[in-house]
Amino acid sequence: MEILQSIIPTALFFSAPLIFTALGGVFSERSGVINIGLEGLMIMGAFVGIVFNLTFADVFGDWTPWVSIFVAMIVSGIFSIIHAVASVSLRANQVVSGVAINMLALGIGIFLTKEWYGKGQTEMVSKPFYTTDVPFLSDIPVIGPMFFQSMYMTTYLAIFLAIASWFVLFKTPFGLRLRAVGEHPMAADTNGVNVYKMRYIAVILSGALGGLGGSVYALTIASNFSHATIAGQGFMSLAAVIFGKWHPLGAMGAAIFFGLAQSLSVVSSSVPLLQDVPQVFLLVAPYVLTILALAGLIGRADAPKANGIPYIKGTR
Amino acid sequence: MMSNRMFNILVPIISVILGLIAGAFLMIGFGYNPIEGYGALLNGIFGDAYVFGETLRQVTPLILTGLAVAFAFRTGLFNIGAEGQVFIGWLAAVWVGLAIDAPAFIHIPLAVIAAAVAGALWGFIPGLLKATRGVHEVIVTIMMNYIALYSTNAVIRYVLTDSRDSTDTIPDSVSLRADWITTMTTGSRLHYGILIALFAALVMWVVINRTTMGYEMRSVGFNQHASRYAGMNVKKNIILAMVISGAFAGLAGAMEGLGTFGYMSTQSGFSNLGFDGIAVALLGANTAPGVILAAFLFGGLKIGALSMPLQAGVPNELVDIIIALIIFFVAASYMIRWVILRFSKEGRK
Repeated sequence: MEILQSIIPTALFFSAPLIFTALGGVFSERSGVINIGLEGLMIMGAFVGIVFNLTFADVFGDWTPWVSIFVAMIVSGIFSIIHAVASVSLRANQVVSGVAINMLALGIGIFLTKEWYGKGQTEMVSKPFYTTDVPFLSDIPVIGPMFFQSMYMTTYLAIFLAIASWFVLFKTPFGLRLRAVGEHPMAADTNGVNVYKMRYIAVILSGALGGLGGSVYALTIASNFSHATIAGQGFMSLAAVIFGKWHPLGAMGAAIFFGLAQSLSVVSSSVPLLQDVPQVFLLVAPYVLTILALAGLIGRADAPKANGIPYIKGTR
Repeated sequence: MMSNRMFNILVPIISVILGLIAGAFLMIGFGYNPIEGYGALLNGIFGDAYVFGETLRQVTPLILTGLAVAFAFRTGLFNIGAEGQVFIGWLAAVWVGLAIDAPAFIHIPLAVIAAAVAGALWGFIPGLLKATRGVHEVIVTIMMNYIALYSTNAVIRYVLTDSRDSTDTIPDSVSLRADWITTMTTGSRLHYGILIALFAALVMWVVINRTTMGYEMRSVGFNQHASRYAGMNVKKNIILAMVISGAFAGLAGAMEGLGTFGYMSTQSGFSNLGFDGIAVALLGANTAPGVILAAFLFGGLKIGALSMPLQAGVPNELVDIIIALIIFFVAASYMIRWVILRFSKEGRK
């Protein structure tokens, strides 16, 4: 029981940024736009979140981290328009455009960091997120210490957004259109859905959520920005999208599972059963499992049909 | 109407020019003198024997990862996993270099081949999954990158050494470095590998353009159904293409292991050779000669950039932004084509 009480909060703590970003990936891919650029969008979010936090800590006081992630979300959303323009309007190869987004975000982030701070990494932020106990709920025996004691509020926000995304995608006309555009854009077009507009919205949403994920990672786990702040979390989120079968709740589950694997690799030395398991197995577990899932060994994972194909009006 | 061939040459050139112009504006915007900045960049590429040697040293693995991505592209596959294949190749080369004791003419080929085989194996898995289960190779290769990163680190730490962060240095009998090159380039890490890279480019050109195998692979890349109808084994060609692609990337790893570094240390992130290889292949229009030229450009930009902070005060990440923009322009070549067509039409009126 004590082991669970130490593992579960850590797992949730590691998985929150992954959940945000994976949700972004779900939106983008459900609309038919592959987003390899999640990593770059997280980098942009982390950069903006940290810089805003450092600059405006005096102005906003204790609200600084919240305002920071909000601003990071907006800026990353705007930044992702580049990917939307390239892959939706200009019919660029979406994977290539995503790779370029990753390079561009890191280039801009480090360039501006050197411009503004004179070195390759920023100072530590003075106003990161802190853990809190949820009133009343944290007093519940057994469950309280696991889910409601010394938690980050952002974790709850991530879970809430996952449920909200599920509702939007599967219970609203907007979600139906967005999914239609990703499965069969021509049919959607014939029915009066603006394919380009839906895809733009989806990509910008993925940018905003990726930015949120990056800034939350930066303000809970990293506390500063450098070239190594975001190292693979974006790709891990992409894995979560696929492992979760392009479903918001599935992606959340996968992200929590990957967060668990990450936290296990951190705390494994103190867990009797895992002490003898080499760390490397826990580190590669998310990736191996994703490949197995794709290969159909753990249920089948089918991508939205029109994923990765630019839509050109008037072609069949 | 301009021919496709013209476009294939014009688009990369225009993209590079646009990228450099954007970089110049960025420098002006942040109060730098772009002439000084690009002067420092050029100086960092051609300035003296040392930097030119380093540039060629950087170009070597870029040619190979560029070939890896380009070869897969020609078969309609996207190998985003060169990153991992480089690490596996690097590890294999260093491992063979350390484990075996042989004269150079056996030792070097053995280590180089080991790297190619290891990279090929890392390409085989996504190829197999693509061919047999229809799994998208982009996702699998991304996952394979991370598996490569963590498992090479584990092998270095627990198999090749006792919990150290770096392997021993390989013996001279397997090193691609040569004293006369080092002396001539005043201490740069340039090595014989550049010849291997150029030879690999020749191999790719011959295979793609002059063999039945290459013809079949290109055909599968254009249209799988037509190729199957024509009696080609589509699955075999997909797997083969990923295997060859992986072998090229594995060779790039050998260049790092046997040439540039002479050892392998644990890595916290990727070398970016694989991702830059995508840029190289794209700019080189996925042809062997194009890849060589593009590798020279990007290798030059990367090494030249290192002189920019000292000589012009410009952060060298400016070049990363420029490279990313160049990729955007090439990827969105629809825009450039449209503009060219527009202008050539208006000129005729």
